[in-house]
Amino acid sequence: MIKRSSAPSLKPETPWLTARTPRLSFRVDKRVPPVLALALLATLAAMIINIGVGEYPIPPLDVLRTVLGLPTGNEDYSFIVNTLRLPRMLVAALVGMALGVSGAIMQGLTRNPLADPGIIGISAGASLVAVTLIVLVRDVPAGVLPVAAFAGAAVTALLIYVLAWKGGDSPIRLILVGVGLAAVAYALTTLMITFGDIYDVQRALIWLTGSVYGRSWEEFWPLLPWIVVFVPLACFMARHLNALNLGEEVARGLGSRVAAHRGLLLLTAVALAGATVAAAGTIGFVGLMAPHIARRLVGPDHTGLLPTAGVLGGFIVVAADLVGRTIFAPIELPCGLVTAAIGAPFFIALLWKQQRGNV
Amino acid sequence: MSNLTTNNLTLAYESATIIRQLHLSIPSGQITALVGPNGCGKSTLLRGLARLLTPRSGSVLLDGKAIHSIPTRDLARQLGILPQSPVAPEGLTVRELVAQGRYPHQAWFQQWAAEDEQAVMKALAITGMADLTERPVDALSGGQRQRAWIAMTLAQETEIILLDEPTTFLDLSHQIEVLHLLEQLNREEGRTIVMVVHDLNHATRHASHIIALRDGAVVASGPPAEVVTPALLRQVFSVEADVVPDPRLGVPLCIPYGLSAPLHARDGAKEAESVPHAAALLQREI
Repeated sequence: MIKRSSAPSLKPETPWLTARTPRLSFRVDKRVPPVLALALLATLAAMIINIGVGEYPIPPLDVLRTVLGLPTGNEDYSFIVNTLRLPRMLVAALVGMALGVSGAIMQGLTRNPLADPGIIGISAGASLVAVTLIVLVRDVPAGVLPVAAFAGAAVTALLIYVLAWKGGDSPIRLILVGVGLAAVAYALTTLMITFGDIYDVQRALIWLTGSVYGRSWEEFWPLLPWIVVFVPLACFMARHLNALNLGEEVARGLGSRVAAHRGLLLLTAVALAGATVAAAGTIGFVGLMAPHIARRLVGPDHTGLLPTAGVLGGFIVVAADLVGRTIFAPIELPCGLVTAAIGAPFFIALLWKQQRGNV
Repeated sequence: MSNLTTNNLTLAYESATIIRQLHLSIPSGQITALVGPNGCGKSTLLRGLARLLTPRSGSVLLDGKAIHSIPTRDLARQLGILPQSPVAPEGLTVRELVAQGRYPHQAWFQQWAAEDEQAVMKALAITGMADLTERPVDALSGGQRQRAWIAMTLAQETEIILLDEPTTFLDLSHQIEVLHLLEQLNREEGRTIVMVVHDLNHATRHASHIIALRDGAVVASGPPAEVVTPALLRQVFSVEADVVPDPRLGVPLCIPYGLSAPLHARDGAKEAESVPHAAALLQREI
């Protein structure tokens, strides 16, 4: 039963869609369903186009038919689409989704519009541990890498929490400490690479650039469970994130179990960020941009904001990969480079706005 | 009627003890004002009453039960707190903010029951915010913003509402507007209100019970006419003042004209106290 909520005595028109039975009730901003549907469609379209382009171009309709297992009249398509290009696209979409949700959680928790797993060094910490593992241990199983990256991300998040957050929520301080930690982590990563075996180093370098190049089902399957567990968990926690987003004191006054909720949400954000690093290296600024765009489109309520930021994140990474593959074809730019080219000015604009707002 | 009391309550920040072994009773169904000079511990006491600060020893009791043993969500349905100058996230509308007041009444499967909607509508109507529901909180004037936050606390539907300096940073007309709103809530809805106020004349005119604090201890408490005397002003605020009947309400009106002790002497005597106080306050602010 879906009806528009109404209050005859006051404003009949509310910006919410309400679904209500005696035992269940939910509400979401009216803008969420259309925006989500459009963003999903755009992402799927970008994925299909992206799968179609390359040395061996395939028409979009045939891509769709091949993915769905329908006959296309060309036997090569199945190998090219389902074995080579589809897993890469799925990895790109999942990575983007995880980054978008992770960034939205971090921005909501810290009440800091600049928070992003890449900017505050969480991805750098994840890379350091993953690269160390690649260099020190030969043939790391694909399933171990996400766990290692998660551990690195978690340690960095803990350091940031202790160094920058505990005393209060000064946005610039968090960013400065995060950037500092990221620099340290990158320096240590470089050190690992310098001393590493040439074969391992090459592998680590490809992976570090932040790219979905050459990603296969081997990378997709270890990534999937992290997304399947933590994205729904984040959406499940949206209510609590809304309360925490009002500030610690207000949240506690409203009866939020601040430490538990904050801990679980932070764990979710860190797990998602770590999983993306393990799958695709550091793709920067997606966790910054996706939540901001989502907030513009559906408002700050996390019930709608988290899924929207996730889908938009997926779109950004898929589109960035498409641009990277086509703009200087046949040379491929890593999608991390493309997101940085758009994201860095975006970050500077936000920083500028933030500084002016504080004066 | 819920009854809020403290038993041997000691409140402290990491290095400094602010409130020492306090026994206090908040009268139900009345407006209580906590007054005192800066650093006297009135805001700390309010935070303690709202379980934002865990007692070093002793307890805050709600109907005889220590609030720290009550699940925080249950407590949030009986007691609401509006901290001093809270900041809403960018772009959050008045409607969304006020809806957050329903948080302790909701569960994952019951996120927007009919009662939630009614409580929010009512809170918006009482605070006069019904025409501003779709406006972002950060785009409102100071007075409107404060009313929006009070509306959020109202939507929580608690019998007791605690407010930390609800009139700070507001101009005179908005101060009066907020105080009248609180009086109305007390009169028409029977809510127990406890507020920290800076202006003693606000306390005498709008509260029926005054608790005067200095150095973390209660110096006097009772109805304004009994508490606010020249002797008390000297003792609590170190000021010399005339206390005359308010021409309109008959409650005591203070007109300060001088200092009873040079400020540096007062602060000197307190130095050992006030330095850790300042450090503790700073820790909160940063």
